[in-house]
Amino acid sequence: MYDTIIIGAGMSGLAAGIRLAYFDQRVCILERHTTIGGLNSFYRLRGRDYDVGLHALTNITPKGTKKGPLARLLRQLRMSWDDFQISPQLGSQIAFPGVRLDFNNDMDLLRAEIARVFPGQIDSFENLIEQIVDYDDLDPSHTELSAREQLALLFSEPLLVEMLLCPLMYYGSAREHDMDWGQFSIMFRSIFMEGLGRPHAGVRLILKLLVRKFRTLGGELKLRSGVERIAVENGRVVGVVLEGGQQLEARRVLSSAGWCETMRLCDDGQTVSIPPKDRLELNRQAGRLSFCETIASLDLEPKKLGHTSAITFFNDSPNFDWQQSSTPCDLRSGVICSPNNFDYQLPLSDVTIRITVLASHAYWQSLDEPTYKKEKLRWYDRITESAVRFVSDYRLRVIDTDMFTPKTIVRFTGHDNGAIYGTPEKQLDGITHLENLFICGTDQGFVGIIGSITSGISMANMHCLRD
Amino acid sequence: MTSAEIKQEILDILHDIAPDEDLSGLTDEVNFRDQIELDSMDFLDIVMELRKRHRIQIPEEDYEQLASMQSTVTFLEPLMKDVKV
Repeated sequence: MYDTIIIGAGMSGLAAGIRLAYFDQRVCILERHTTIGGLNSFYRLRGRDYDVGLHALTNITPKGTKKGPLARLLRQLRMSWDDFQISPQLGSQIAFPGVRLDFNNDMDLLRAEIARVFPGQIDSFENLIEQIVDYDDLDPSHTELSAREQLALLFSEPLLVEMLLCPLMYYGSAREHDMDWGQFSIMFRSIFMEGLGRPHAGVRLILKLLVRKFRTLGGELKLRSGVERIAVENGRVVGVVLEGGQQLEARRVLSSAGWCETMRLCDDGQTVSIPPKDRLELNRQAGRLSFCETIASLDLEPKKLGHTSAITFFNDSPNFDWQQSSTPCDLRSGVICSPNNFDYQLPLSDVTIRITVLASHAYWQSLDEPTYKKEKLRWYDRITESAVRFVSDYRLRVIDTDMFTPKTIVRFTGHDNGAIYGTPEKQLDGITHLENLFICGTDQGFVGIIGSITSGISMANMHCLRD
Repeated sequence: MTSAEIKQEILDILHDIAPDEDLSGLTDEVNFRDQIELDSMDFLDIVMELRKRHRIQIPEEDYEQLASMQSTVTFLEPLMKDVKV
């Protein structure tokens, strides 16, 4: 009998596992896949290391900072700042037709850029910062206001609103067309006020740290152990049944499989919404926003081509559309990530550039294998062609390529529609219709690596440690 | 444990929870929150560490007793009088 079974060995599941194992629980993490990480993972292909998921860590505050999500997370996991070996970004940019805003981990650069490009808006921008500094992310009363409406009240220059929304939506809006004001505030702080950084060894360093810590504390991790169903008796979870038929008993289950996905696993046949909370809607919609990402290995550092930006968010018209792609890939906007453009002590051994764009899950899922392969090649070229409108053309320096699609995301995460940011309707308190089943991860409400880890920690604290 | 030993144990726990904090200047009568950077998650950790180390259960309604060093020691004294150092 386990105290807690955790479904999924991604960032949130591992972080929750560490908290519970540290406080002497019998805890087991079940992972369907052959490797850990879920959406954030890594692989080796033709002799080179690649990251999936992680572009950069957000919320990067300098060593010794006591406030903020990163400091809190390190304290809760009993880890030190140095463990993560974070190097700050060299700088990033938001590129729209004919106009660019640079930003880095010092808020004054973005201030100066806004004063330069939108001189009439700088006072409003200061107002925005004040509001966001005061925003309490644990107070849910403002979370569902529309960010677009709030920003329209502040700014008279619509282009600036679009340019601020573009990076924040790309890095964490499950909602189409708009963002919740709460989510906007959290993301604004994470990216613009705190900043971006990356461990020299990428996401594998973080995952290995988490898994080592979990195991050292006595936690059990079972790979290739997909959960077929969550066994329910008399309104309580009694355990899980694995795809191989094995039964495991647990006093409670914490699932990072996603809201809809977790509900489907429950074998109590419950399909309607029920109290205690009026928002506890079992039949909520899965998210619809998925992505394609191209990965190119280059034979020289992007700096040598004049490209020094860690992350470039681009959009090719004055209006930024954030919605499910109606074409295989939406080539109008995207994110160009250059892992080499961080301030490392030693350069990375490999040089890569990754481009992420919105993509249609339905399209990529519908293709037979030969067509899928062919389409990946075709869209790789189109995505790259779209991106080099905004950064130095690196295509002649490419020595190897790879690409993932919404189909790949489904395979690795099990999330419906390959929806990276999950359902637009979050379950912030993590509770479900069953008293000892809880959710953590993307659908609980925090996204990104720091967000996912925080989600695992806070759901473990709130629901699994207090009895 | 004597009250002095309990205080030492709490300092040890605080050092575990917030290794970067300088605890040498803590004033016993003033709330922890006004002297060092602790949020609600950290307060839960004080409770959890006491349980992990000494099998002491503190119900949620008593968490507020842990606001300052003085109130914590006063609250824990009867609970920890039989705990060996």
